[in-house]
Amino acid sequence: MSPTRLLAGVHADRPLSLAEHEDLHGASPPAGPGLVDEVDRAGLRGRGGAGFPTAVKLRAVAAQRGPRTILVNGAEGEPMSAKDRVLLQSAPHLVLDGAMAAATAVGARSVVIAIPEDAAGTRAALRGAIGERAASRRVRIADAPGAYLAGEESALIRRLGGGPLKPTVVPPRPFERGLGRRPTLVQNPETLAHMALIHRHGAEWFRQVGAPDHPGSALVTVAGAGGRDGVLEIACGATLASVLELAGGAREPLRAVLVGGFHGVWIAGDQTAAVTLDDAGLSRHGGSLGAGVIVALGASACPIQELARTMDWLAGQSAGQCGPCSNGLPALAALVADMADGNAPAHAPHQLERWSGDLLGRGACHLPDGAVRFLRSGLRVFAGELSDHVHNGPCRACREAPTLTFSRPEWSVAA
Amino acid sequence: MSGHLRVDPIACTGHGLCAELFPEWIELDDWGYPIIERGPVPQELLVHARRAAEACPKLALAIRIEAGRP
Repeated sequence: MSPTRLLAGVHADRPLSLAEHEDLHGASPPAGPGLVDEVDRAGLRGRGGAGFPTAVKLRAVAAQRGPRTILVNGAEGEPMSAKDRVLLQSAPHLVLDGAMAAATAVGARSVVIAIPEDAAGTRAALRGAIGERAASRRVRIADAPGAYLAGEESALIRRLGGGPLKPTVVPPRPFERGLGRRPTLVQNPETLAHMALIHRHGAEWFRQVGAPDHPGSALVTVAGAGGRDGVLEIACGATLASVLELAGGAREPLRAVLVGGFHGVWIAGDQTAAVTLDDAGLSRHGGSLGAGVIVALGASACPIQELARTMDWLAGQSAGQCGPCSNGLPALAALVADMADGNAPAHAPHQLERWSGDLLGRGACHLPDGAVRFLRSGLRVFAGELSDHVHNGPCRACREAPTLTFSRPEWSVAA
Repeated sequence: MSGHLRVDPIACTGHGLCAELFPEWIELDDWGYPIIERGPVPQELLVHARRAAEACPKLALAIRIEAGRP
């Protein structure tokens, strides 16, 4: 059974109006500082990728002096993720309710919602929804570039302030000095939508779905050979197999599934029934649900080709600021490409391991860490295929169309 | 008394002076950027840590001194 909380009653072709939204969920009650404790008891964690406890962030911003700001980070930098755009496009009032309640709880006067600059449908839905509401606070829509780093909060804040899309060294963190140098609460749209419902129904209600240590529902984007491409709402803690089934079932036997996007980890195809999509289940594989990107790789695909292409793409996403990242990622990508082509020197696997280890924790942001996590997990799961490529060169499947993509598809609700 | 060495990875341009002055704690990666030992620098080595931080032409290396606990 799939929960329908955030995606309850949504239409495929237009956003829920304010009246429809209030019919479904009831009107948003007046907010106060008590919301922070309720969110704490609910155990809500950020749904943008890092999974940081939301209440901790709320408290940190509330404790600052001076005017505070809410930044809704809907940049959705993960190219294969569509859940935040789908949410904003189908249930914009839920996100706005959450943003307004959060603003009251932390004492913020302005709300900025960053969405991809090319997301015309999302912008239209959001504009319409803002127009339907009494203007209690300053709400502004801002353009985020369609780039991987747009999801990185310090880079996005710098860009929205007129600078380049490049991360900054922390501290100061955004809760201390963010947008317009003001203390800024940065939250993902889905996180705020959950907050809107916790505000209405309470922490216990939120915990009725999901796992005890990872409560609630979550939006995921399913793609690849796992069934229909699209956005689903799942219970945290559901098995990976059940989610693929929910998306219509695999179209062919699966070699592996990537969970958590390009910072995520690979799960072998025969493990999907044993892996639960929550912190406990995924940490055993070195990963997390991240922003909820789930890509199934069919048995007919070449995983080594996918690793090589993705490492090349990730190397291209570096802001070029930190030496270890701007040198290390291209070097790793070139080495993987040589291994995939059967042109690598004998010490390549050793080199790969050493360079990967050297990169960890040495960037201003987590791009290099995420790339290394993705690569190392792939090297573990696809060790046999890698060895085959190193010794025999490209396989037949190398010529097939790739499964992982780096451009944003127009996806909608799948169920 | 001990200290923590931290490099600002954006400011660092890989001059490598720090590794020359404090090889007990800092080595360079294959591209010349410092890899710093984790954990606190013990008191007897602090003088080298300070010298390394002061020598950085980009002021990218910082040392945070902690009194008390080793």
